[in-house]
Amino acid sequence: MAEIIQEEKSGGKKKAKKLLPHIDMTPMVDLMMLLITFFMLTTAFNKAKIMEIVLPEKIKDPTKQEAPRIVASRTLNIVLGPENKVYWYVGAVKPEEYNSLPPLNETDYSATGIRQELLGRNKTLARRIAEFNQQVLSGKIPISQDSARNFVSKMKTDDDTGPIVLIKAYKEANYGNFVDILDEMNICGIARYTFVEMAWYEDRMVEIAAGITPTATATSTN
Amino acid sequence: MPKIKLPTKSPRIDMTPMVDTFAVILIFLMLTTQMRQPEPATVDTPFSISEKPTPDFNTMTFLLSVDDKIFLNFDNGPDTLLAFRPKVLQEMGKRYNIEFTDKELREFQKYPSSIGVPMQNMKEFLNSDDSNARKAMQLGIPIDSTDNQLAAWIVAIRTINPNVQACIKGDSETGFPIVKKTLDILQERNVNRFNLITSLEATKINLEEIQQ
Repeated sequence: MAEIIQEEKSGGKKKAKKLLPHIDMTPMVDLMMLLITFFMLTTAFNKAKIMEIVLPEKIKDPTKQEAPRIVASRTLNIVLGPENKVYWYVGAVKPEEYNSLPPLNETDYSATGIRQELLGRNKTLARRIAEFNQQVLSGKIPISQDSARNFVSKMKTDDDTGPIVLIKAYKEANYGNFVDILDEMNICGIARYTFVEMAWYEDRMVEIAAGITPTATATSTN
Repeated sequence: MPKIKLPTKSPRIDMTPMVDTFAVILIFLMLTTQMRQPEPATVDTPFSISEKPTPDFNTMTFLLSVDDKIFLNFDNGPDTLLAFRPKVLQEMGKRYNIEFTDKELREFQKYPSSIGVPMQNMKEFLNSDDSNARKAMQLGIPIDSTDNQLAAWIVAIRTINPNVQACIKGDSETGFPIVKKTLDILQERNVNRFNLITSLEATKINLEEIQQ
């Protein structure tokens, strides 16, 4: 009896081998494709970038420290205005002249707007940086990326021809404007720029330029 | 001479190696992926030319939404064993006289996204299981001069982790006053270096443009 069963078993095995079904893998491939697509889309492969900005320390005791003296003609004031407009003027305005404030120049954040103004004032330095970068790219100056960056920042510190840019923001400006203008500073290779508080007469200058009726003073002291 | 008759049935492609390749890719992706965490407020970051990547750890990120709310996220540092997050919450608890249980601290540690809950509601927030109820509690961190919790958070985070860097993530449409306020609060606590989170947009100026 046992023998017969064994015989039957082996026979069955042979039969099964013959009929081994061919598994169609196509649906499995489809499924895997789907999963891979899903994972690739949800992966945060596009990592966000950062832009560094260092603001001057707040002076807690104004009597101890004197304001730095800077040449008025080299000073470029940029005021971020409402509705994605940007205003600029050169030099300083005396608060005593609040009745006859100088008009602001209006422009925008595009490549033909404020960038032309900045490049025009920063020609010498911008050209030197661009020339240097081109030479590095073409391999004329064999230098690592880090040392190239250091070299550029040294060029910026040594520069004494470019403008000193003071960035100010009107209360109706937005965060995008702020990032845009800092970005322009990097694009144009401005050596000296900082973000400062806006003076009350500058608020007024913007309001005149943009044609806004001045709001109550209580709200502006935010 | 009789012609040799070739079998006419279509050739069958064996998909097995393809499945193997896909399985390898799939496993690789599953292991390396970091799921994008949904933020309490959607934010479209502005563009810049900066190519520096965001630091992976030692950051505190301020999320400034379009409707002038502030959310805060900070990480556990390079090693999760250091467990900065529960320590910071305990520090905050001390300040606001709230005692957090171990379960609540654990819940806070593993919460993956930015938090904008006032300290008064923090306990309720951590004990709630309903994501909708949680969302309703995300009112933004209070920054009034009478109840400046953002300043308290900054102090607590910097006490526990002195190497922390401030990152600011705002929408392009976020109003400037709230940004200024955040910068002021940070500067009052002697944080003067900021990282603005942006998306990359390549722009170049060439020599000809300058020579004009």
